[in-house]
Amino acid sequence: MKANGTKHAFMGYRRSNGRVGVRNHVIVLPVDDLSNAASVAVANHIKGVMALPHPYGRLQFGADLELHFRTLIGTGSNPNVAAVVVIGIEDQWTQKIVEGIAASGKPVIGFGIEQHGDHDTIMRASKAARAYVQWASELVREECPVDSLWVSTKCGESDTTSGCGANPTVGNAFDKLYPLGTTLVFGETTELTGGEHLVAERCRTPAVREKFMQYFNRYQEVIDRHKTSDLSDSQPTKGNILGGLTTIEEKALGNIQKIGRKCMIDGVLDKAETPTGPGLWFMDSSSAAAEMVTLCAASGYTVHFFPTGQGNVIGNPILPVIKLCANPRTVRTMSEHIDVDVSGLLRREMSPDEAGDALIDMMYRTANGRLTAAEALGHREFVLTRLYESA
Amino acid sequence: MIHFVVHDEHDSVGVVVVEGIRAGDELTGWIMDQDKTLLTKVLNDVPIGHKIAIRDLQDNATVIKYGTDIGRTIAPIKVGEHLHVHNVKTKRW
Repeated sequence: MKANGTKHAFMGYRRSNGRVGVRNHVIVLPVDDLSNAASVAVANHIKGVMALPHPYGRLQFGADLELHFRTLIGTGSNPNVAAVVVIGIEDQWTQKIVEGIAASGKPVIGFGIEQHGDHDTIMRASKAARAYVQWASELVREECPVDSLWVSTKCGESDTTSGCGANPTVGNAFDKLYPLGTTLVFGETTELTGGEHLVAERCRTPAVREKFMQYFNRYQEVIDRHKTSDLSDSQPTKGNILGGLTTIEEKALGNIQKIGRKCMIDGVLDKAETPTGPGLWFMDSSSAAAEMVTLCAASGYTVHFFPTGQGNVIGNPILPVIKLCANPRTVRTMSEHIDVDVSGLLRREMSPDEAGDALIDMMYRTANGRLTAAEALGHREFVLTRLYESA
Repeated sequence: MIHFVVHDEHDSVGVVVVEGIRAGDELTGWIMDQDKTLLTKVLNDVPIGHKIAIRDLQDNATVIKYGTDIGRTIAPIKVGEHLHVHNVKTKRW
């Protein structure tokens, strides 16, 4: 089951809706900040269960509230999750999340805290979580074709080696995975600034191009409205500048190496929106690592490629984040965070094709169950994107 | 041994990919897209990942990398000189 063998397959968990997961998590999902304590208590009590605490979910409204619901429902519906216990302060929003996740066909149950208190809620939720985790522990992996794999990408703590090494490696892998019928995504709307014309040229149809440019221009307007300077204190970041990146344009051109040279952009997604078919998708998204990866997980992606230069340490609770790096100093000083070392590219000891194949090989190993560096180190950054202030 | 890489032969800059580069070192560059070699004497100490100019640039000139505009100079820059936020700025935002 190797990338370069004749068989493009991996061992995954096939869910009742036909999607395939590469992990088998049972999660406790708080609807709001107030429910974190009970959710974490359930996960402490029942082994093999993971809580996903976060700071939001109260008095949000409009598009911001819709995004909150879409992100939570998408996270629970992700095929890397076997079953979900939802806990919220109020019954009504809790049931809304439960019903959303139930549409994916997986076991899900919700508990409201009001008029019960934490103790009673923790007891009831623990009983459900215990039953789920024992049920999930008997599910078995089966052979699944590579076209059932959904692969997302986003880079972080980039430097100039990202643009010449790690990002083109993702691009090489994407160019190879695209014709196999996989479902791919990239995003980071602001970090395309300076290379947006190159992304627009790669859009499959004029309609896709128009939608991409709408999202791109909308984000530029947000920046123009809120900026207090030319943004040079934020983009590139201090870490980017230390690593040698000088301008947003340079960062963007390195960034878009991740979409390769051949694959075309087949569609455009709103944040945490689920793609409707295979191909390469652009998702409107923040360039902050944990926000973007959280949105990918909520869209249903099951494996993530994360190139880094200076050494970003991010992970995600449910989406395995594979780190690759071409900076020999980072590979030396932060080896525990790096899954794929492609620094040989910059010494001319490794070809772009060899680097792409090494990443695809690690993708299959990860899909088959190998824990990524971020998973082994306990990185579970779950960061919800907010659009504006609460009511 | 490769000390710096250049994406395209029309670019203005190369990226240092080894540690410990000192002013006066004779560097070997690899132009990736055309697979050519380039020799340059570096004028400053340059950290890994940082750029050097591979052609002379006047003040307020466009800097090219990946064959594309990445910003403008705010001072004249010589071949082999460290090129970064002290002498190049974005044209955006």
